[in-house]
Amino acid sequence: MRVLLTGISGKLAQIVAKELLARGHRVTGIDRRPWPECPAGIQLIQTDIRKPDAEEAFRQERPEAVIHMATVSPLTTRRDERYRINLGGTQKMFEYCERHGVAQALFVGRHTYYGAVPDAPLYRGEDEPPMALESFPELADLVAADLFAASNLWRFPERTTAVLRLVYTLGPTLHGTLAAFLKGPRVPMILGFDPLFQFMHEDDAALSIILALERKLRGVFNVAGPQALPLSELIRVTGRAPTRIAEVLHPLLLGRFGLPRLSAGAVAHIKYPIVISDKSFRHATGFSPRNAEYETLAAFTAATPARRAEGAGAAPISIATPEPRD
Amino acid sequence: MPDATPTAALGQEVDARLSRLDLSFNAHGFDAFGVSRASLAAGFRVTGWLYRHYFSVSCTGIEHVPTHGRVILVGNHSGGYAIDAGMVIAACFFELEPPRLAHGMADRFINRVPFLSELASRTGQITGLPQHARQLLEDDRILLVFPEGTRGTSKLFWNRYSLGQFGTGFLRMALSTNSPIVPFAFLGGGEAVPTIANLTLLGKLFGVPYVPLTPYLLPLPLPVHTRLRFGPPLRFSGTGDENQSAIQEQVDVVKASIAGLIAEGLEERKGNAST
Repeated sequence: MRVLLTGISGKLAQIVAKELLARGHRVTGIDRRPWPECPAGIQLIQTDIRKPDAEEAFRQERPEAVIHMATVSPLTTRRDERYRINLGGTQKMFEYCERHGVAQALFVGRHTYYGAVPDAPLYRGEDEPPMALESFPELADLVAADLFAASNLWRFPERTTAVLRLVYTLGPTLHGTLAAFLKGPRVPMILGFDPLFQFMHEDDAALSIILALERKLRGVFNVAGPQALPLSELIRVTGRAPTRIAEVLHPLLLGRFGLPRLSAGAVAHIKYPIVISDKSFRHATGFSPRNAEYETLAAFTAATPARRAEGAGAAPISIATPEPRD
Repeated sequence: MPDATPTAALGQEVDARLSRLDLSFNAHGFDAFGVSRASLAAGFRVTGWLYRHYFSVSCTGIEHVPTHGRVILVGNHSGGYAIDAGMVIAACFFELEPPRLAHGMADRFINRVPFLSELASRTGQITGLPQHARQLLEDDRILLVFPEGTRGTSKLFWNRYSLGQFGTGFLRMALSTNSPIVPFAFLGGGEAVPTIANLTLLGKLFGVPYVPLTPYLLPLPLPVHTRLRFGPPLRFSGTGDENQSAIQEQVDVVKASIAGLIAEGLEERKGNAST
């Protein structure tokens, strides 16, 4: 199959691209960022998805399927730019699909779409609405992109469109929202709260994307990995030290003493769980994660470089927002 | 139980019972709903002591609670806060053979309160949402429901054996998941926490609906003798999509059966007191 992958230089997208190549697909990638180690078999077009060169790639390559992974997080990108990339880029991608007769489109979104709130159920299904946008506006552009992508299901029913909502990924690349949150030697928790976290090995995440493509999935699907674990258990198993801080003290302490910084809305994501049900996805694809929860954590821990000086890992990060994938 | 080291014996019993609990824990003792074996071990040491010694619960009719498969336990609430829930959970763990974990349908505020949130979610007492009830029942677990909700725990001392308005959601859930309902009555909650008023403003400060005010001011429970009485299972037929009046009739049957159990319990207590 001729597959076009947007945001190909992102760490997860790279794994997807290599696996697609290994499975005999013809892979073209678009990204603003370079990918120096890009395998010879993959054609990388270094441009912005919203620029004419990107559409030219659709014209020339005539892809049969597009996997859209070109979304960015508040971690790297200012708000106005984020809206342009996440929502504007997604809109452009679907426009190109329509103009150039792409038969299949796959939008790779995140389970943080649902929002962390105290009274949401565990194992939320795809029919659950996005919550808590008022307290965490940083997520709004990604929620909008997700909903816009899903609208293509009824606007262009002849195209095979799928929206995937993946849980956090972890693995040897040490890349992603959860990886960034667990990066330092000390990981903050809110005193008296210990929510369940869902995560999957990045190889499993890549595999789920490829399965969705190859099985020509249509619809909105949650994609989860092995069993969810409490945050404290994640921290313990990865050899970090939990720092339990009363919520009122958070603004004073975070970003200091080796603790990552969290925006106010992101605090809800370490207080309340976002646990999704992937029943439909497993049923539709037969997917089952190859890495269990503790294997996944071990793969992440093993790749963690030897501890730098105390205080490392104080980089500003924002949980519940995605890894940069543009 | 030997009196020499009652706490050690209780600990051993809790551990032995935990190993026979039919939950699928992963290698490190967590199940899919976030229930932690270690938290249960700690929790049942405390509730077990409360059950046997502090509230010295006399439990009758435990044979009505099935030893496997889905079931909804439905009972009366009283006594300021959910002592009754804790004792029913303890009964399912200490009296049933093999032991089972009852999942209470926790009030929504619990997840917002520090520590309470952590404790509740590690011991399987998850928020009382229809989605949770369905998931747990479809997983063949025990659901514990107090259809009076906080209307039940906020009863004042002189109303302790009354039954407030019952919600109907539990009955629709029983019908749509084809689960039997086991009614129960808990007596003594109102004596343990004799509430003379509910302080809602103080409650707001702590993020809870109210704080019960007792004659001795503190909302701590007294060491009173309590009773737990399970009745025979009630099975209703239907889809769960019946109109409200039909559902209400069935709810009234459950409510009447609980009222009957309360009356029996009071009668029995009177009898015991005279002997």
